[in-house]
Amino acid sequence: MGIEDAPSGFLLTTVENFAGYMRKASLWPVTFGLACCAIEMMAAGTSRFDISRFGMEVFRASPRQADLMIVAGRVSQKMAPVVRQVYDQMAEPKWVISMGVCASSGGMFNNYAIVQGVDHVVPVDIYLPGCPPRPEMLLNAILTLHDQIQAEPLGVNREEAARAAEAAALEATPTSDMKGLLR
Amino acid sequence: MADDDITRRDQAGEVGAPRPAAEYESLLPGKSGLGEILAPAAGFGVTFASMFKPTVTEQYPYEKVPTKPRYHGRHQLNRHPDGLEKCIGCELCAWACPADAIYVEGADNTPDAQFSPGERYGRVYQINYLRCIFCGLCIEACPTRALTMTNDYELAGPTRRGMIYEKQDLLAPLGDGMLAAPHPMVPGTEDDDYYRGDVAGPVPEQIDWVAQWRPEDESLAALRPAGHEQSEAR
Repeated sequence: MGIEDAPSGFLLTTVENFAGYMRKASLWPVTFGLACCAIEMMAAGTSRFDISRFGMEVFRASPRQADLMIVAGRVSQKMAPVVRQVYDQMAEPKWVISMGVCASSGGMFNNYAIVQGVDHVVPVDIYLPGCPPRPEMLLNAILTLHDQIQAEPLGVNREEAARAAEAAALEATPTSDMKGLLR
Repeated sequence: MADDDITRRDQAGEVGAPRPAAEYESLLPGKSGLGEILAPAAGFGVTFASMFKPTVTEQYPYEKVPTKPRYHGRHQLNRHPDGLEKCIGCELCAWACPADAIYVEGADNTPDAQFSPGERYGRVYQINYLRCIFCGLCIEACPTRALTMTNDYELAGPTRRGMIYEKQDLLAPLGDGMLAAPHPMVPGTEDDDYYRGDVAGPVPEQIDWVAQWRPEDESLAALRPAGHEQSEAR
């Protein structure tokens, strides 16, 4: 009986749990405020809400040192390529929180100037409603993301999950074709 | 040909050229004696003093500080005291919404399925929380006070589809003594009697109706003593 006969996935799962625990405890958000939601994001860093309780008080000024992008505010068509570039400059693994209704879906600005949801530009992990969301709501979104990071697969499992997600995305209706409330 | 041939431009007229460094002179009067010796440590006095002040940090996920009572949070669709829904499917909330976040589809109440007092009820009720800006104009527009806002603010989610709340997500849970809709109105009442608050709770006729058509209903058990079901077989 060799190591290949060991219960499948046992070793990798332990490593996944450990890596997830380490990753979720050291998220560094990139400084990226676009509008009024950024004020609430800054408030989350103040001593009343104290985002440093979760190990993320350093809002990195450089995307290369950050692994979390909090898109705080409406994304105009002109800003969209900048958002994408900042996202591309961040090192893997990286996550995106779409903070506020404008970043999530365009919100009340359903017009030609505003991107109708930042998920048209970058992949979003957590959507956070609110106009603007209060700092507790941001902390709640971050904690939801922590749970997601903790459960994130690695190695072979990650490739499988990515393949499954891509297949599902190819099957799904593109956002631009959706009607009604999902547009 | 050398650099010597190039005459240097006079720096005085150039914008942004470095000026000769002047001696710094403080405008504040300097301290003397003991004050001057302790000056570097005096700044720490602020730090040390703040150690004895009460902490202002809210331990959010562990201890939730309640919001102000009229905070605009997640919506709720209310019920009349007998369990009928207050929403009549008039779509005024959808018309008032500046962000087009609400979608309502009304339908007719029938004698077999009476969901709200009067003629109409809201069959489909969706609020897109990725559009809703929590302004409360829908609450102002609602003629039957069916739509109100709770203080619940934890709404984050991983998908766009999941952020569209359907009617079953928004409907208020059944309160004490309420009977789940659909069931007929209190006999002899109009919808106006419901709006005036003349209906205090379900009457035996309504309870019997639900017992006849939906005997497995969960809200029935609390309103009806056990062992009463046998006599209902007609």
